[in-house]
Amino acid sequence: MEEFLFAFLNGDILREAWPILWQGFLYTLALSAITVPLGLAGGVILALLSTSGPRGIRLAAAAWTDLFRAIPPLVLLVFLYAGLPFAGIDVGAWGAVAIGFFLNTGAYYGEVLRAGIGSVPAGQMEAARSTGLTRGQALRHVILPQAVRNVLPDLVSNTLEVVKLTSIASVVALPELLFQARQAQNATYNATPIVAAAVAYFLLLWPLVRLISRLENKAMAGR
Amino acid sequence: MTRPAPSPAAAATRPIVDARGLWKRFGPLTVLKGVDLSVAERELVFIIGPSGSGKSTLLRCLNRLEEPDDGSIHVDGIELLSRATDINAARRRIGMVFQSFNLYPHMTARQNVMLALRKVLKQERAQAEEAAARALDRVGLAERMDHYPAQLSGGQQQRVAIARAIALEPRVMLFDEPTSALDPELVGGVLAVMRELRQDGMTMVVVSHEMAFAKAAADRVVFMADGEKLEEGPPAQIFGDPRHERTRAFIRQIDRH
Ligand SMILES: Nc1ncnc2c1ncn2[C@@H]1O[C@H](COP(=O)(O)OP(=O)(O)OP(=O)(O)O)[C@@H](O)[C@H]1O
Ligand SMILES: [Mg+2]
Repeated sequence: MEEFLFAFLNGDILREAWPILWQGFLYTLALSAITVPLGLAGGVILALLSTSGPRGIRLAAAAWTDLFRAIPPLVLLVFLYAGLPFAGIDVGAWGAVAIGFFLNTGAYYGEVLRAGIGSVPAGQMEAARSTGLTRGQALRHVILPQAVRNVLPDLVSNTLEVVKLTSIASVVALPELLFQARQAQNATYNATPIVAAAVAYFLLLWPLVRLISRLENKAMAGR
Repeated sequence: MTRPAPSPAAAATRPIVDARGLWKRFGPLTVLKGVDLSVAERELVFIIGPSGSGKSTLLRCLNRLEEPDDGSIHVDGIELLSRATDINAARRRIGMVFQSFNLYPHMTARQNVMLALRKVLKQERAQAEEAAARALDRVGLAERMDHYPAQLSGGQQQRVAIARAIALEPRVMLFDEPTSALDPELVGGVLAVMRELRQDGMTMVVVSHEMAFAKAAADRVVFMADGEKLEEGPPAQIFGDPRHERTRAFIRQIDRH
């Protein structure tokens, strides 16, 4: 028991590692604050193109979505960070993260939103257009709000996954939470920093998990 | 309602709706086979016919929700099918009411009415709020303005849908089976609103099975079958003395209900 506490829940180690863990936590927050909006933006664009564009564009958007859902995000990130410089393009660590998540996460959000748009009855668009709204205005004010509401639990789930996925930024040397925890572990020969990182992730994500159950219960009750 | 009175001469020479030779195909299926339809100012034209005869398709062509393959459609003097026509500007002069209401479920009754006032007519919020309140008052729903569609009965929802269309002060209103989705006891309220619209001089094209309403309120009844206009005339003639055998069969059949 004592050994267990010493290895996993060591107060002294925690105090020592605290500053760099805290810094890692802030990096994770910053990464989430960048990747979630970028992914959502990419998702909205893809969903609109794949539901409302001309036929050729729709097919291209669908193929694009498939492609970036099939490429592992880690591979994509490494390629952007370490591969592109061979072509003389250096986007840097933050650039690689931004582009990679825009592509990968955007494809996932795009799928979710596309399903949401598909769940809105065709009569909604017709009613809106019959009053003189343009297609864009109808999408913006009539279709998208309903689409988002219909797939809100999936959107939040996806957001949860995105925040977890920010830990792969460590491979491009961005010192996010997991990266810092490993550093601290290596420096102290103790697993407590890893446990602390797990707890921090939990505290960050648990509200989202609760939110998802509440939304799902509400959706069930609404049926 | 304030609307510039049309000069009698213009009203006589220029119908509000003038559709000529409309053809519409869905794949191998020809749904409209050269249909003409002309509707004069303040006229209420009723369209009847068996299921699948193309009534909805004809109506939906009149605001270009459906694109005809051939023909011409003038509404208030504007050629809808011309490339140069701003279809969104044209559509706000053509109100449409759907069988399934199609209210926006995430907006209150008033917001449903306000959306096009704000985004199409570009009205200020206060002005749009007032216009929406007036339209809802006209359909007897002043008390229900802040209710969401789910909180309203089917009849009330359909009246909100009518308010959403008339708030734009259209030149003509198209109704596609406005009461077919309603419980029988709610039909009367919607028909009453339509009758009032007519008394206020609204030009209307109505697809419906409410024959009593047609007899009481229609100026002209059009009978369609298989994508063609087989017969048209005053309600007394179409219902009392139909010329065409298919019209006769159709009238007999609905009279039995
Ligand atoms: N978007 C579409 N794609 C393919 N076929 C269609 C489409 N819309 C209508 N049709 C077909 O066109 C024909 C005419 O349809 P329409 O809805 O105009 O008939 P209707 O007279 O309104 O019938 P009802 O009384 O049942 O409403 C039908 O056979 C219908 O199946
Ligand atoms: Mg129909």
